[in-house]
Amino acid sequence: MTAAAPARFDFHRPAAVAEAVRLLAEHPEAVPVAGGTDLMVAVNYRLTRPEAMLDLTGLDELRDWTDEGDTVRIGSGVPYARITAELAAVLPGLAAAARTVGSPQIRSRGTIGGNLATASPAGDAHPPLLATGASVEIASTEGVRHVPIGEFYLGPKRSALRPGELITAVTVPKAAGPQQFLKVGTRNAMVIAVCSFALALDPETRRLGTGIGSAGPVPLTAPDAEAVELPWSDPGRFDDALADEFGRRVAAAARPIDDVRGTADYRRHALAVCAARALRRVWTAAHERNPR
Amino acid sequence: MPEPATPTPPPWAAGGVGHTPAPAARPDAAHEHAAPPAADTGPRSSATGAGPRNAAAHSGPRSGADAPHRPQPPGEPAAAPRTGAELPQEPRPPIGPPSPPASAAPTLDGEAAYRTRTSAAVPANAVTARPDGTVGQSPIRPDAEAKVNGTFDYASDLAFDGMLWGHTLRSPHPRALIRSIDTGPALALPGVAAVLTAADVPGKLHYGLIEADQPVLAPGEVNYQGEPVAIVAAETLDLARRAAERIAVDYEPLEPQCDPSEAVEAGAYFRYQPVRVGDPDTAEAAVVVTREYEVGMQDQAPLGPESGVAVPTGGGLVLHVATQWLHSDLEQIAPCLGLEPERIHLEMAGIGGAFGAREDLSVQIHMAMLALRTGRPVKMMYDRAESFLGHVHRHPARMRYEHGADADGHLVYVKAHIVLDGGAYASTTEAVVGNAASLAVGPYRVEHASIDAWGARTNNPPCGAMRGFGAVQTCFAYESQMDALADALDLDPLEIRRRNAIARGDQLITGQVIDAYEPDPAAPADPDRARPFSPLADLLDRFTDLPVPPVPADRDIVELPGGTGNTTHGEGVRRGVGYGVGLKNICYSEGFDDYSTARVRLELGGPEHDGEPVAYIHTAAAEVGQGHWNLQTQIARTELGVRHVVLLPNDTKIGSAGSSSASRQSYMTGGAVKAACEAVRDLWQDRDLADGPIEATRVFRHRATKPMDPVTGQGDSHVQLALCVHRATVDVDVELGLVKVVDLTCVQDVGKILNPVALEGQIHGGTAQGLGLAVMEEIVTDGGRVKNASFTDYLIPTILDMPPMRLRIVENADPEAPYGLRGAGEPPTLSSTPAIVAAIRDATGLPLTRVPVRPEHLTVRRPS
Ligand SMILES: Cc1cc2nc3c(=O)[nH]c(=O)nc-3n(C[C@H](O)[C@H](O)[C@H](O)COP(=O)(O)OP(=O)(O)OC[C@H]3O[C@@H](n4cnc5c(N)ncnc54)[C@H](O)[C@@H]3O)c2cc1C
Repeated sequence: MTAAAPARFDFHRPAAVAEAVRLLAEHPEAVPVAGGTDLMVAVNYRLTRPEAMLDLTGLDELRDWTDEGDTVRIGSGVPYARITAELAAVLPGLAAAARTVGSPQIRSRGTIGGNLATASPAGDAHPPLLATGASVEIASTEGVRHVPIGEFYLGPKRSALRPGELITAVTVPKAAGPQQFLKVGTRNAMVIAVCSFALALDPETRRLGTGIGSAGPVPLTAPDAEAVELPWSDPGRFDDALADEFGRRVAAAARPIDDVRGTADYRRHALAVCAARALRRVWTAAHERNPR
Repeated sequence: MPEPATPTPPPWAAGGVGHTPAPAARPDAAHEHAAPPAADTGPRSSATGAGPRNAAAHSGPRSGADAPHRPQPPGEPAAAPRTGAELPQEPRPPIGPPSPPASAAPTLDGEAAYRTRTSAAVPANAVTARPDGTVGQSPIRPDAEAKVNGTFDYASDLAFDGMLWGHTLRSPHPRALIRSIDTGPALALPGVAAVLTAADVPGKLHYGLIEADQPVLAPGEVNYQGEPVAIVAAETLDLARRAAERIAVDYEPLEPQCDPSEAVEAGAYFRYQPVRVGDPDTAEAAVVVTREYEVGMQDQAPLGPESGVAVPTGGGLVLHVATQWLHSDLEQIAPCLGLEPERIHLEMAGIGGAFGAREDLSVQIHMAMLALRTGRPVKMMYDRAESFLGHVHRHPARMRYEHGADADGHLVYVKAHIVLDGGAYASTTEAVVGNAASLAVGPYRVEHASIDAWGARTNNPPCGAMRGFGAVQTCFAYESQMDALADALDLDPLEIRRRNAIARGDQLITGQVIDAYEPDPAAPADPDRARPFSPLADLLDRFTDLPVPPVPADRDIVELPGGTGNTTHGEGVRRGVGYGVGLKNICYSEGFDDYSTARVRLELGGPEHDGEPVAYIHTAAAEVGQGHWNLQTQIARTELGVRHVVLLPNDTKIGSAGSSSASRQSYMTGGAVKAACEAVRDLWQDRDLADGPIEATRVFRHRATKPMDPVTGQGDSHVQLALCVHRATVDVDVELGLVKVVDLTCVQDVGKILNPVALEGQIHGGTAQGLGLAVMEEIVTDGGRVKNASFTDYLIPTILDMPPMRLRIVENADPEAPYGLRGAGEPPTLSSTPAIVAAIRDATGLPLTRVPVRPEHLTVRRPS
């Protein structure tokens, strides 16, 4: 029957970023697709019905990472599996987070750029990017701009990304000390975070970086907790009370809600536990590595 | 073993067969044929060379035990069925004509074999099994290769020329009146072929498994979120969905009743079943524990969504459906379509898991209505979200239990008040309540009991069959109670169970006597010989040489609670150990006329079968992934001594097989296939296969059961009882409330191991489903609305959550059952849940009265 003709559907597959942003400017209705692990789920659930798609998997420029000295520039199309396998030494927090994402299939397909663009408060890449002060590289026909990660998240699934823009990369400072990522879920694998916490310690600058996932409308930092006073001059004075105080401050920074994955109370409680554990672990690691 | 002579294997059955208990096949319900079979039967012989032969050789029913010409088995004492280990290995017959038969057997020479035509009429979707594997062995499943390489046709893979797609519009409200429905905007979309509502139902407006109370399409009111309101057929699925969105339904939402206890108080329930024995109010107990328990709503979560195709056939229909019970579907479908059942033919489509979710109808009537209206094949296929709304769930339960025991821990009385939430429509709630009530105290001896069980009617999602069927909920409660008593008396959890374990001759609270147990002769003798055999104590005793696994050093994070989440490196981790015992009824209970039908036809194969005899088996039994097809082939090889078996498609051209539920298919359809094979074997004694095929049809029934008395609950309501015991070892991160089950050791009595690999699969799978209920699986509702209809938020265990298992399989035969078997699929689902929760209690010291146990229950929001 003629009526069976499916709705018109455009599929663009550019080979270069310049072409991609031009196509995006010409076809504002086109939705970028990288791994498709967020987008196609939304299509299947009929939460979105794109009229056109812009396939990013042909863009080799996005599919690799480069060592930039103090930082690593990760192309937005790099999948989690490669971050875990190739970047664990220089970006241990992000690599640990990448290891917790979905299943092997999802980690092979899902990209860091897709995670950023979706900007779900539960996205696992966000807390370590916040804790390390990463920067998002965004391209359009206007040129390239860099958005500090702290200014990227605007609301639940809303980000600084504007129509016509593509995320081309994220630049992450190399770890200057121990990092941790802890993700709480009701299943031992393949689970969306009930809450998560990332911590980066820089013994040189004596600074802490934090990132909180799934416990607020956007991924958060905990500036009060970062300001906790650590016994740098006498590391042996580090104790449970200090770790617990840090945990309390992290929990206080969270703005969780009750939902089917967990209660707000539990999220605050679990964040306090995770943060205290993370601080103990990085402190111990820092001082094992550089004995006094 | 029963006294009657055991049937003898024909001399050409290489290696012989195990003993067979007296067949329960009813000769009066059976008939036998020589070729060709009746017009409506399976494969037909080709026109040439297939005229009726030996038409008189078969007349009349014949019982399996009275054939005078068959010699008694030489030197075989009447004994319990042999265990799998003892089964003789079937030597592989040489390629070519079958081995020369002994004197009494017909001669099968090569010439004769090739004179017999092959089965030209065997349908393309018949399944040819690999040519080996008898009862007790683990041949590769006939469906394995296709399922692994992706060529197996699941119901969702079906496609027909000119096919339309159907879609269902469902109510967003848990309760509402429908003021009007305007289908105009949907029909106006080009490519939409039909939009139907309740007004278009051709026959009866309601259907149901036990009671026909569920509307085919909502006739003026909806009673749960997701209730079907209208159906659409269109050229594509997407178009059908878009059309459904354009149907304008004017609802007047009403306040839903979502509290099952309030519903019961208001008299809104499907069944109330009390059980009364002794006098629990005056019985004296030294220690009393009273607790309230809650079980959340679990889902079967079969991976294959509901799907099927209806094909119109000039006045009738062929329905390709993935169902657990073809004939029950047909009985429900035909009246709603206003068609004679004879005009509807059901063909089984590939089933992607069931677990009870495919007992109730889903797409069947809807796609049939659309096909009848449009005159074209119509396919329906739910997506995951719709699947969660489109099938019943396990009944959530609230249970108040009071156990009284003497100072030694012997139970004195049990009182229980059990409310199961049946949701909006009856489904199988009635039978679920019967199980919950009759098995309310588990496999323990108690003289005084007062049980009240209700199945409430609410505006929550309808609940019905799921693996364990009413026995799961009470098992969590009574096992928790046994542990609470053990705690109060400072007894070991195994010891309190041993002291109360039912033994042969004891009665359940319904008065039913524990019988049908032939202890495994290989098992160590009970030192206390004066004691009657206790099938439960026997299982409990086997844990003595199964030590709790040690805590390994240097574990990877994936072995710790929280797994890859990196939440603990050992911080806050406590170990706990717990036990759980489950008692499950096998087959349909309470006086139900439960039977299965099998037709077996033996004929000489062509060159592709090396001219050997080929057994064709025709049943309507659903292969839901449990391995039933494979078992049928094993039974045929065992009983007929042949290698080649072909399974004809499961459909309604043969009599009912009953449901692939209640752990009953090995028993029932296994029993029917066995009986039909025995009948064929008997006929074969007097006949030469070269003269034509031999065929027999048998209807198999288990021993009769009785209804429960409506006031006292008394009655021999169950056919067979099966026991399973789990020991769970868990590591709990007590600060985060995360659980890692590190070991599950299971001791289960299966009567007789028919297929070791399939059996292990059932135990692993059943255990995993129990684990899911213990720590993660729950459909969360709020005011009757489902909050997590997706695999994003309805979590089922992954391979990291499910530990490797250690199994001890026990064979205490049931002399009433084929081969002595005991149904095995459900019992592990019962006992793993309480064992895991007991282990978490052991690790945390918390009372834990609700499943699934959630992280917040172990930390910030501890219920009770
Ligand atoms: C089974 C399963 C499990 C999952 N588990 C997890 C988990 O544990 N943790 C987690 O964080 N996530 C999880 N996810 C979500 C998902 O895998 C991740 O968010 C992933 O990073 C998305 O990347 P993608 O390349 O697949 O994105 P896509 O689906 O291709 O795109 C997602 C969105 O981002 C946009 N987009 C993609 N790339 C760009 C770009 N370069 N510039 C601009 N816009 C872009 C798309 O238009 C779309 O809106 C899971 C998903 C599934 C299906």
